[in-house]
Amino acid sequence: MKKMKKVAAAVLASTMVLSLAACQGSGAKTETTAQGKTEAGSGETGKTAETPGTGGKTKISITFRDGGSDALKNWFEHAYETYDKKDSIELDIAPITASEGDYFAKVALALQSADTAPDIVCEDTFQLPSDVAAGYLTDLSGYLKDYKEWNDGTYYGPLVDGVTYSDGSVYGIPYCTDTRGLWYNKDIFKAAGLDKEWQPKTWQEILDTCKVIKEKCPDVVPFWCNSGVASGEATSMQTYEMLLYGTGEQLLDENDKWIASSENILKSLNFINTIYKDGYGPSLSKVLNGEAGNIASREYLPGGKLAISLDGYWMTGNYKETGSAPWPEYKDKLGIAAMPTSEGQKPGSITMSGGWALSIPQLSDQKDASMDFIKHCMSYDIYLDTIIAQGNIATRTDIAADPTYASQPFMEKCTGFLSGAFYRPRNSQYSTVTTHIQTMVESVVSGTSPEDAMAQYKSDVTNSVGADNTVTK
Amino acid sequence: MNKKSSRLFAEARKSVLILPSMVLLLIFFVTPILLTVYYSFTNLALSGENAKQLKFIGLSNYVSMFKDRTVRISIVNTLVFLLGSLIGQQVLGFLIALNMRNRNRIFRGIVGPVFLAGWIMPEVVVALCCSTFFGDEGTLNQIFSFFHLPTVEFLFAIPMATVILANIWHGTAFSMMNFQSALDGVPADIEEAAKVDGAGPFQTMLRIILPCIKNTIATNTMLNTLSTLGVFGLIYMMTGGGPGTKTLTLPIFMYRQAFISQQLGYGTAISMILLVIGIVLSVFYTRVMRKD
Repeated sequence: MKKMKKVAAAVLASTMVLSLAACQGSGAKTETTAQGKTEAGSGETGKTAETPGTGGKTKISITFRDGGSDALKNWFEHAYETYDKKDSIELDIAPITASEGDYFAKVALALQSADTAPDIVCEDTFQLPSDVAAGYLTDLSGYLKDYKEWNDGTYYGPLVDGVTYSDGSVYGIPYCTDTRGLWYNKDIFKAAGLDKEWQPKTWQEILDTCKVIKEKCPDVVPFWCNSGVASGEATSMQTYEMLLYGTGEQLLDENDKWIASSENILKSLNFINTIYKDGYGPSLSKVLNGEAGNIASREYLPGGKLAISLDGYWMTGNYKETGSAPWPEYKDKLGIAAMPTSEGQKPGSITMSGGWALSIPQLSDQKDASMDFIKHCMSYDIYLDTIIAQGNIATRTDIAADPTYASQPFMEKCTGFLSGAFYRPRNSQYSTVTTHIQTMVESVVSGTSPEDAMAQYKSDVTNSVGADNTVTK
Repeated sequence: MNKKSSRLFAEARKSVLILPSMVLLLIFFVTPILLTVYYSFTNLALSGENAKQLKFIGLSNYVSMFKDRTVRISIVNTLVFLLGSLIGQQVLGFLIALNMRNRNRIFRGIVGPVFLAGWIMPEVVVALCCSTFFGDEGTLNQIFSFFHLPTVEFLFAIPMATVILANIWHGTAFSMMNFQSALDGVPADIEEAAKVDGAGPFQTMLRIILPCIKNTIATNTMLNTLSTLGVFGLIYMMTGGGPGTKTLTLPIFMYRQAFISQQLGYGTAISMILLVIGIVLSVFYTRVMRKD
């Protein structure tokens, strides 16, 4: 017995020592890779990053969100394969697998330390102002002086504005944009006896259509919009802001104050409330799920279980041969209608537009090399391939004119939505306010009255941005 | 003289031996706590202007916390979750331990590990198991539909009860083991004597067994309280605090504020409530124990 105890003690003690040693080992490892960001190329170690080409390769790490599609990874890999500086540069593809909200938190944490900051980071343009204000990103203006396509108007003007901070400096190269609308399954419309070419003129017409579908096709979910906290920004932008901006109101008033409470907020929430109260929406367990967006676009809509989905153009990326849910007939079975304004008032229909950009963290030690690689990623041929694979709208006007790109189903119509599109506030507080919007929408969906939800939103927003930055209408 | 110096030497040796653990505690336990207290008085943020310059903002996080309705909701949710888990885990754990008493080794050998399985599983696995069990097309609903019963969206219709059940499943074995060893310590002769004096099984339980294991009940309650207050992964994975705020407990609300809304300072202020609840309850339990 005593001997057993001794043995046990010895085993425990050695485990402890080993685990401590392991901790130290991994710690030391991260330090070396981070400090030098250098990988021994031909057996020589200890070369620093500043001396590329003398045996060590310069290492560029690139971070993006892995949302279950390989499109971004393929883009960077393909770009690297065709890169003429491949011999002196090594690419470290380091995706973050996380929900949207967690992605921004992880990136913000990573950008705070030179040990963890990547050299290129994919930033959603709504998060950009906040990260710039925090000093996390590099001002690219200097690097852009000799970037021909940037200066000759190849990039769309509003998207250039989207990555330009209030001081006029540029903090990212936009690589995709999007528009939103009402996608509908024509087979279901036919079965419900509705016209296959559908364009509602008011919110009421959407509800009326839902009613017909519910009566004629009781097994089908009539309407799906992102509604939960777990869907993150999709809930704010694809659902709430598409509604709110359709009432004629925006998130900020003309004096750049956050509107915390108004008739139009209530009107938008009431629309969402009606969808769920009248049984036009999906079950809560589906729509409040973190996978909600994918369930709708990859499973329900192509499977004939969903009639109308309020979603973005990128959704069609799923249906391509290379996509996550190939749907060969999507060109004919799917329809797109513009989202109408609340009562059909001018301009008749609306869309929100956003997008993502490639940025260089402030703490990157390979800014020149990174910028060069970004330019290569955005070069015509490579960018054309990826933007088609991503199923997104291009940020370069010359790509927009490319026949392969322009002939994609729905492309013309969705690009057409861009003129007159609204963009989210370029305000560093947006990234916090948007989370309060998501909470507000989810609480309406799960049974809180729109009035109470708005009251909570008001208190949350006031709390976050300060009472003097909010107004009540 | 000699005696004195040898005692001094012994003391010194003790201090030297204890020093490493004290230093470790100081670095990894005391410092973070003090930092948390400090940060709760600042505007610390994950991103935005506030991330650039840390400012001392006095009590303003606390002031907005007391105005925040969601804080109140999550305190209530936390207490409901705590109470439900405590009662469930302890009553169930006690009953299992009692029934396993005086059974043969084979019975104990089979039943014990079955309950232990829920406890040794990592929280994430428990959450996954329970999500698939209580899910819309999960095991439980499959069983329901097999018997032609209506299916229930457990995670949405009764979310709080569902996460409490999951936590009970996860934690019962711990109480069971505590009670098992306590029951083994109840002297058999007292029970025997009670029986001879004509006490029924109910009376024996109330007058003999329960008083004997009173201290175990109190310790067990305290340990369970502290571990239940900190439950995050289980709820976060099963419901994410939703739908709405129905399972929003303090740890989840804190996480949302700190990392999703990127207001770290406010998040740490919320964590202070958790700390206070933990301290108050611990003091309460130790007082109750000391009384005897």
